[in-house]
Formats: sequence, structure tokens, C-alpha cells
Amino acid sequence: MSMRSKGEKTFDIINTVIMVLFCFIIIYPVWYTLVLSFNDASDTMLGGIYWWPRKFSIESYITVIKTPGIFKAFGITISRTVIGVITHVFFTAMVAYGLSKRELAGRKIYLTIGIITMFFNGGLIPTFLLIKKIGLLDNFLVYIIPTLFSFFDLIIFQSFFRELPQSLEESAYIDGANDFQIFIKIVLPLSMPVIATIALFNGVFHWNDFFTGVIYINNPDLQPIQTFLYKVIAQSSSNQMMDAMPATLTNVAKTTSESIKLATMVLTTFPIVTVYPFLQKYFVKGMLLGAVKE
Amino acid sequence: MEQPGSLKRKENFNEKLKKTWKLIKRQKYLHLMVIPGIIWMIIFNYIPMYGIIIAFKNYTIIDTFNSAPWVGLENFKEFFMDDNFFLVMKNTLGISVLKLIIGFPLPIAFAIMLNELYNSKLKKYVQTISYLPHFFSWVVLGGIMINWLSQTGLMNKVLMGVGIIQEPIVFLAHPKYFWGISIISDIWKELGWNAIIYLAAIAGINPTLYEAAKIDGAGKMAQIWHITLPSIKGTITILFILAVSGILNTNFEQMLVLQNPLNLSASEVIDTFVYKMGLQSLRFSYATAVGLFKSVIAFILLVSANYTSKKINGKALF
Repeated sequence: MSMRSKGEKTFDIINTVIMVLFCFIIIYPVWYTLVLSFNDASDTMLGGIYWWPRKFSIESYITVIKTPGIFKAFGITISRTVIGVITHVFFTAMVAYGLSKRELAGRKIYLTIGIITMFFNGGLIPTFLLIKKIGLLDNFLVYIIPTLFSFFDLIIFQSFFRELPQSLEESAYIDGANDFQIFIKIVLPLSMPVIATIALFNGVFHWNDFFTGVIYINNPDLQPIQTFLYKVIAQSSSNQMMDAMPATLTNVAKTTSESIKLATMVLTTFPIVTVYPFLQKYFVKGMLLGAVKE
Repeated sequence: MEQPGSLKRKENFNEKLKKTWKLIKRQKYLHLMVIPGIIWMIIFNYIPMYGIIIAFKNYTIIDTFNSAPWVGLENFKEFFMDDNFFLVMKNTLGISVLKLIIGFPLPIAFAIMLNELYNSKLKKYVQTISYLPHFFSWVVLGGIMINWLSQTGLMNKVLMGVGIIQEPIVFLAHPKYFWGISIISDIWKELGWNAIIYLAAIAGINPTLYEAAKIDGAGKMAQIWHITLPSIKGTITILFILAVSGILNTNFEQMLVLQNPLNLSASEVIDTFVYKMGLQSLRFSYATAVGLFKSVIAFILLVSANYTSKKINGKALF
């Protein structure tokens, strides 16, 4: 403590103040949304709620849960996230393991094919036409198959696999295991940190993606929760925009479209927000592997 | 004279082929693991790349990529003549250039300031909190923005309370606020997340450098300027090149959520235009041409940013 000069102390105070302010700016909109979602809807319209619910109510949440179709939408999101993450991690790791072997014949060709995909793509329309042609429109598999693989994730896996001790694989070879068995029984169990990272990245994508549901899905039964929410928000916002009337007092009820929207937003975000602090140490490492190498 | 040489070469070639074949056979499981990935890439990356040819064709729903008739540059001409061309280009470039100028340096500044935080517990909290918005979907974030910026929303209450405005403003109904809203919300969402890489780079700096500078009498600012920044220059350069190449990728999901008929003149960008032309009006060839136009500009930007950076400080992606 005594080592620190006056200048350093001043710097530290200013820095701390700015950082705390920054945290407030990040947290407050989230807190405010949460507070409003737990407040009685007609009471909310009177205004003046900033820090804490004034008339606590879970009515909006009950209405959300009773909304037809919402359970199905949650079900789609949960199943696409679980199935999507497992298949993506397994498939991408498998390809990455094969490619991580420097002595692999034709490795350069394989790598070139992959690297090109990082810089060029066909864009929205040709991709849409392909998805249509192979029959994935209005098909649950459209959430799984087109995101099965990612070359960027492959690079992250590959740099991790390279650092695994060679001797383990060699001794398994001697015991008669083939490469695939080694991958499943030895490499995957040792790769939990990188698997957690990729699973989190991919899980966040699956959980939050609404665009796939908008462009490839017409059947409301196959719509994920974010697409459901998008339609609610897009519709109500344009209505809200069009009539410049203030929120009418005629609509005094236990819930309003606004309070339902807020409750849905909180419900869709809650699972992911509770998970990420626990995975933080993994994804910080994962970002490093993915970005700084080579 | 040449005969024996070429014969030898042929023999060598055959030998090599045999060796390679043997190798492949020995590595059959590895190849069986890699090839599904290659097939996936051919289907989901390369076929759409090939599909770009419909930008030069007149593709209708009954066609295949090949069977549609060629029309040359017709689709591009039509886009350049389109009344929306200047509007779309202005919005795309305006939003993305401002995002780059404002949004690129902020994570660097944030990472440096966070690293300098003396209280290590606070440091951890700030870091965790800064990642939070990254985990929100644009739909949820858009919902929050719409709520805040509405007539009865918090923004109006605060601004009227302080006395900056007299009448409430529906911010998303006015084109003049749209660029600001989209840039600020983007920074809010990704600032902390984008700082991770810089934090990692800063963590790798040798601490003795700071010790030495302190002995030489350097204050905090001098240390940041003469040690921290030069040490992470390489990371900054690489990320800048990537940012420049992605400059035309105005965030599609964000635009779609915040866009409404009233702010369209400021919010229509290439991505949303392609979406509407292609998937709502079903003008596939036209929309593909517009998308290709974007990719070509992005590619030119990538190559020139890379070239410039190589010239200036010897660091480059390729």
C-alpha cells in the first residue's frame, strides 16, 4: 500500500468510479426490465417505478405460461439447443481430431478447403435455395444440420488437441485401439475445457437465434421461442409506433401486451444468464485459443 | 537425353503415389473422420458459393442454378439504377463506419482500464458483468430498447425530468435517431465481450517492463502509453483488419429488430434489402446480385486493410 504514489491513487479512484459507472449502465436496463416484469401491469402504467416492484405480481408470468404455443416454442428451443450442441461439438471435434494429425496425407488440401469457407460464402439467397432444395424448409433438422460444423471452432479444437500428451495415444495404439476409438475414449474425455467453451458458444447461438425460424420455418409448431418473441415484439412495436397515443388507460388489466412481452423476455434470457458465470473461466481460455494462435 | 530423366521422374511419381496410398490406408480411420466434414463444407459452403452465378442469370423458382438463362450484368445495372441504391449504401456505410470508428477503440480502452483496477475482487465483478449483454439475443435487447425508447419509456422520463426535452419523443419513429441507437446498442451489447482478447494479450505482458518503467519514474499514463499499448499492437492490428473486412456486415438481426416502417429511410441496409428483395419479393437473382456486390466490396476492403497494415507495421493476416 505504502508503495503507491499519490498519482497512482488518484488514477485508481477515477478508474474505479468509471468502472462502477460502467457496470451500472450495463446492469440497470436489465434490472429495470426485471422490475417491470414483476410489477402489476396496471400499476406500471402509472409510472414512477425505477428500482423495485411497487405492486409485486407474477400475473404476467402466469399469462405467458398459459399463452398457447409458448410451451411448444420453448420445447423447440430446448431440443434444438441440446441436440444442436451435442451434434455440433461431436462432429466438429471429430473432424478437428483427424485434421490435427500433421502426418495426415492430404492435410493441406483439406485445410485449404476449410480456410476458404472462412472468407467466402454464398450469401443469403443461394443458401436459402440450397436449404429449400434439400428439403429442410419447415423441417426441425434445419436447426441442426446446417450448423453441424464450423471451421472456426475446428481451429480452436485443433490447437487444444495438439497440446494433449502424445504418449497416451501411443500406448492406446499399442493396445490395438484405432484412431476413432482413441478419439472417443481418450481424447474427448481429456478435452472438457475446450468442449465447454465450444458448447457455450454454440449453445448461446442456438438459444438466441431467431433468424433461422423467421426465414426457414412457416409452421408455428416448429418455431423457437426467440422467433415467437420476435413476432410479438415486431407486431406490437409497429402498432405502438403507428398510434402516437400514450398507453391508454382503458386497458387497465392485470396484464398488458407490454408486461407479457417483458415477462417473456426475462423467461427466455434467464437460463443462459444463470449459466455463463460458471463457464466464464472456460470461455476466456477458449477465446484465447481461437483468436491469438497462428 | 531426356528419356531416362522423365522415366525416373515417372517412377518416382508412381512410388510416391504408392507410398501415399499406403499412408492413407494406414490412416483410414483419420480420413473417415475428416471426410464427413469436407462433404459438409462442400454441400453447405461450396454449393451456395457456386449458386452465386444466379446473380448473372434470371432465376425463377422452377429453375436450378444451371438451367436459368444468362442475363449478364442486368441485375447489377438494375441495382445501381434503383432509387434505393444511394439510400441503402449510405445507411450501410454510415452505420458500419461509425460502428468501427467508435466501437473499435472502446474495448481496448476498457481492457486497459479494467486491467489497471487495483481492487482485484471488483475487477472480477466488472469483468463478469461486462459479458452479460453478450448473452442476450437481439430480440430481447430490441424489446428492451423499444420499451426504453417509447413514448412513456424511461429515456423520455429522464430527459424530461432533467429538462433537456419538453415533449416526449418516440425515438424509434424518427430516422434521425436510428444510427445513434443502433451504434450505442451494439457497443452496449459487445463491449465487454470484445475486450476479452485484449485482456488476454495484456495479461501476457512481462511485468518486469512495468517495474523498470516505474523505477524510471513513469506514471500510470506513461506506462499505458509506452508499455501496454505497444505490447498489444499486434493483437490490435489483426482485429482491426478483421473488423474492416466485416465492415459491411451491419448486424442483420439487430437491424431487423429495431427497424420499423417509420425509420426505414435510416435503417434500410444491404442485408435487410437483400432479405426483402429475395425472400419477401422472391426476386432471387436481383437479391443475389446485391449480396454479391456487398461481398466484393468487403473483399477489396479486407485485402487493402491487410496490405496497408503489412506496409505500416509488418503485421498482417496473410
